[in-house]
Amino acid sequence: MALSIEDVKKIAHLARIEISEDEAAATLTKLTGILGLIEQMQAVNTEGIVPMSHSQDLVQRLRDDVVTKTNQREAFQGIAPVLGNGSTERAVDGGLYLVPKVIE
Amino acid sequence: MEWEVVIGLETHAQLQTKTKIFSGASTAFGAEPNTQACEVSIALPGVLPVLNKEAVNCAIKFGLAVNAQITPRSVFARKNYFYPDLPKGYQISQYELPVVGKGAVTIQVPAVGKNPAYEKVINITRAHLEEDAGKSVHGAVEGMSGIDLNRAGTPLLEIVTEPDMRSAAEAVAYAKKLHELVQWIGICDGNMQEGSFRCDVNVSVRPKGSDKLGTRREIKNLNSFKFMQQAIEFETRWQIETLEDGGAIQQATVLFNPDTGETRAMRTKEEANDYRYFPDPDLLPLEITEADKARVSAEMPELPEAMKARFESEYGLTGYDAATLTASRDVADYFVAAVKAGADAKPAANWVMGAVSAKLNAEEKAITESPVTAEQLANLIKRIMDNTISNNAAKQVFEVMWNGDGEVDAIIEKKGLKQVSDAGAIEAIIDEVLAANAAMVEEFKAGKEKAFNALVGQAMKASKGKANPAQVNEMLKKKLEA
Repeated sequence: MALSIEDVKKIAHLARIEISEDEAAATLTKLTGILGLIEQMQAVNTEGIVPMSHSQDLVQRLRDDVVTKTNQREAFQGIAPVLGNGSTERAVDGGLYLVPKVIE
Repeated sequence: MEWEVVIGLETHAQLQTKTKIFSGASTAFGAEPNTQACEVSIALPGVLPVLNKEAVNCAIKFGLAVNAQITPRSVFARKNYFYPDLPKGYQISQYELPVVGKGAVTIQVPAVGKNPAYEKVINITRAHLEEDAGKSVHGAVEGMSGIDLNRAGTPLLEIVTEPDMRSAAEAVAYAKKLHELVQWIGICDGNMQEGSFRCDVNVSVRPKGSDKLGTRREIKNLNSFKFMQQAIEFETRWQIETLEDGGAIQQATVLFNPDTGETRAMRTKEEANDYRYFPDPDLLPLEITEADKARVSAEMPELPEAMKARFESEYGLTGYDAATLTASRDVADYFVAAVKAGADAKPAANWVMGAVSAKLNAEEKAITESPVTAEQLANLIKRIMDNTISNNAAKQVFEVMWNGDGEVDAIIEKKGLKQVSDAGAIEAIIDEVLAANAAMVEEFKAGKEKAFNALVGQAMKASKGKANPAQVNEMLKKKLEA
């Protein structure tokens, strides 16, 4: 499967990774190599084999539905990101975490 | 050209667990912002999800209730996107292997105008477990949005249907049925105002007779059945008009504005649907065994369909009555409690669907808030059954009881509503009436049947409505024919 430089940039954008032209070109070479390896593996006959969804052959353990977490808002908001732009104040207000305005 | 609308629903039901799906933080509604946002909810580095057993039980209950295949090994997947109310950068959901597979529900579509009511089977494609996101709060701080992560990690069951519905009425009937079912089996409180039950509706139109699906638009986050009806009707008209004007439908997500009654497309981002799902390496496959299913099944209440059939066979109710009483678990519970307390089933059904429902509707109350309890209603019905009071008197007693002014027997006593069944007393009244209405007696003897009813009326009036009408009838007939 051929990957284009546009694909690399799109993937980087989806993952919110800033990438320069040089890095994009280098990443394209590496990713193409990985896809080549996958293509080789796809040649193997896997009929009748259940797809693996986890590297360990175990099943999920379940937790009882009991409240075990207490309110630690103060501690968590004490290490929240700072407002920035010269301010070292934590970006919190009235119990809320603050982020740049988002309106759909 | 004649058009056909095709509708499918995706419903998010918030599961009634005490804690979040992947952590032991409380899910109680209405807490101060972020006081229920633990390190897992806010996605501090290094934390790991641990699956809540009760959320899994809820999913199994739903699967059993819609006769679905329950996946023996289902898999959690990461749905990747960036939004401030999703601090991990992905939502843990299920993708290729959801916990609940194909199932079905039967809906009752009510009669509209000349079109009679009918039943229809709606197929469920799948239902999967996932976590809810947090909430954004706008306007608290200038130029910023506030994030409350109390809701982040709340367990949801997303229930997806096939595109089986062909009208707004069918879609609403399905949504109502599902809303009742999740409450019936106790997995969701159904509170639409608080967002515990939210529907996304996919709508497309196509020429009638075509088997190809048109391009769909998705109406997001409908939180009332009334809005759902309005939104679908508007959207359908809009799509048909657009196509008839030579336009094309673009796939889009739309919002419904209750103030204008219109749907409007949200700003679409090109990569919006590129979620790059992959199995979450933090979670192992979820195994559900036959023993798990049997254990959960034993905890489940009798389902509405089964209860309806039992009401028909055990109590001799009509299909219509049985369906009405089992349309809601609270109503069914109330009816059953009244029967258990000694009321005959048939009059109990009539009272619940009649006087009780009318009063509740008028006062916008739920049956669980009824001032007259099922036991009180049963006591009232027993007094009708043993001929202590007439139906008319029972209505008066009910009224008094509804206003909280005492118990059945005390009210009957106080209001003097006791039916006179004493043969001697009734005979005395009838003799008086016959003596005072000689003309009517003559008319009856001359063949006028109506005169008989008039005489019964006079006797009832003379007894101030307290005489047992059946006895009056019988005795009067005897006297006249003597």
